[in-house]
Amino acid sequence: MTDNARPHSLDVGIGGVHVRLRTDSPDFITLMADRFRGFVGHVDAPDHVFDVDIVPVTYAEDESLDGITTEVRVLRDGPKWRLLCGDFDAEWDPRTRHGHVRLHPSPYSLDSVLRILHTVMLAEQGGMLMHASSVVLDGKAYLFTGVSGAGKTTISRLAPDHAHLLTDEMSFIRLEDGEYFAYGTPFAGELATPGANMRAPLAGIFLLAQGPDNRIDPLNAGEGIRAVMANILYFAKDDALTAKVFDNAIALAARVPVKRLTFFPDARVWDLFGPTA
Amino acid sequence: MSTALYLLRSDNVAARQIGEELMIMSARDSALFSLNETAAILWNAADGSTPLAEIVSRDICPAFDIDAETALRDATELAHGLAERGILQVGNQPFDAGSAST
Repeated sequence: MTDNARPHSLDVGIGGVHVRLRTDSPDFITLMADRFRGFVGHVDAPDHVFDVDIVPVTYAEDESLDGITTEVRVLRDGPKWRLLCGDFDAEWDPRTRHGHVRLHPSPYSLDSVLRILHTVMLAEQGGMLMHASSVVLDGKAYLFTGVSGAGKTTISRLAPDHAHLLTDEMSFIRLEDGEYFAYGTPFAGELATPGANMRAPLAGIFLLAQGPDNRIDPLNAGEGIRAVMANILYFAKDDALTAKVFDNAIALAARVPVKRLTFFPDARVWDLFGPTA
Repeated sequence: MSTALYLLRSDNVAARQIGEELMIMSARDSALFSLNETAAILWNAADGSTPLAEIVSRDICPAFDIDAETALRDATELAHGLAERGILQVGNQPFDAGSAST
């Protein structure tokens, strides 16, 4: 399904949500197909359709795409959402599942739009994007979160060979029939490698700290919620959605163990994980 | 401390009781706060119409075995601190009477 003005399309499926991007630029499609490799493929009925208009960076008369503003703004506009930054201006209507994006011809711009879009979609469904690496080991997904430099990429790099990296940067969590699942994403960090396009039940969330040995310590309920909440990707300054995100964090921390993992950065840390973890 | 103060819970925050901990999430800046026992008392009593002095004498003095003057001074400072963070509104008239807030 394309339209005359935007004859080229690409379906990007992340976390089981398929977004069709329609544009007049075959070059941008090629760029996006590479950016989201492993997560593209035609579907007959996409969940959402976005019309993408590429705006040259030099288009000086475009006030919203100034190429300078780095603050992301996510605004509710009646039934629609508006997503704004210096390099993109998007609107999305959840009712029609249709959106329109104007952006600079950078894969990072569309990457940002998709991340932000997913934060809104997931929040309404009890899920979230979280600043965390995630790894599947023996059929279970483990999330590793913390401040920048805490070791999210390091611990994922140390995972055993038979483990699957879902992401080293941005974890995708969905609530499905009362159970939380972690999905792989193409949102890569330092490793610059897309995650595996798969899902697994979420078995634990670990707040990372580096230390001289490997140790897992429990967190109380409040600490667990704070650890989750501090790392949820979230931009909308919207009362209702804020309350929803907060409730989602509380529900997640109540359902999935949230613990502190202190680790020495070598592969032995993975001895703590496995069938009994 | 001659001017009466009234407190009202802000609209753009979400409050959740987690065990014994009252957590507040602000939509203004996505900040997450954990209120101590006194702040939680102020939050729960901040109906916009009860003077702070009454809240202090009714809820705070008995709980902490503290004299009213000291408690009111501390509670006033705390209320303004919560207002600065967008958790409460503070005004010198009952809010249902349309007082100016800080």
